[in-house]
Amino acid sequence: MSPESSTEIVVERAVRVPLPPDKAFALFTERMTEWWPPEHSIGTSAIAAVVMEPHAGGRWFERGTDGNECQWGRVARWDPPGDLVLLWQIGANWTFDPDLETEVEISFNPDTAGGTRVELRHRHLERYGDQAEAMRAAFDSPGGWTATLTQYADLAT
Amino acid sequence: MPASAATVLDALGDARRRNILDCLLDGPLAVGVLAERLPISRPAVSQHLRVLKEAELVIEAVAGTRHLYRINPAGFEAVRGYFEQFWTSALDNFAALARAEAATRTSPDGVSGSEREEQRDEP
Repeated sequence: MSPESSTEIVVERAVRVPLPPDKAFALFTERMTEWWPPEHSIGTSAIAAVVMEPHAGGRWFERGTDGNECQWGRVARWDPPGDLVLLWQIGANWTFDPDLETEVEISFNPDTAGGTRVELRHRHLERYGDQAEAMRAAFDSPGGWTATLTQYADLAT
Repeated sequence: MPASAATVLDALGDARRRNILDCLLDGPLAVGVLAERLPISRPAVSQHLRVLKEAELVIEAVAGTRHLYRINPAGFEAVRGYFEQFWTSALDNFAALARAEAATRTSPDGVSGSEREEQRDEP
């Protein structure tokens, strides 16, 4: 939990990969299409590509098989091979919301075995509080978040 | 069992309630103290605390004749849980792809035909 914002909600996850940081960074950013959970799409068609423009201020978006592009957010920091910060502006029910800014910080740290520890922090999730109504609709829809949350609650209790 | 994510997000959707949570981060407080620190009336503080309590974001504890309110960190679990599950799944995929990539790298300097060899799933 970051000390700077006291009611901040953060999710932290880390994973080790058997690639040096520069390769891990490239794989993460250039080939997101191949590892992104495909059901998490906000487009009108299935995901054909997930694109991240490789510079600060760059767009982060999905391109559907129908050719339409849907923005997800922006690149806030582009500092290979160590650091990447994305602004995640996907709101409730997987729609783009320019007024919502949550941050995904990813750091790529070399380990002693020649691999990389990838640490991810999704910060400021409390900002979803501003769209509680839309979230409720998302939760209540068939295939919405309720099933996921129920599953999580079962694990957590 | 955590409160539903929607209830939690409703509760967090109000700036005054977030202010109250900020105050409580330093430790448990009584309604009267909160009302002194914030530009809202005591009944308004009580009302906000009720919403926060229903969302399980704060817990009320009775200390003698005083009712103290404190943060309940577990109350944030519903929101956090969704994203924890999402990122666990996403990073698992990423690690699997990285392992496949590492397996195709044949030379120690990393120069290999892996980019070509890797099967892409693009339509």
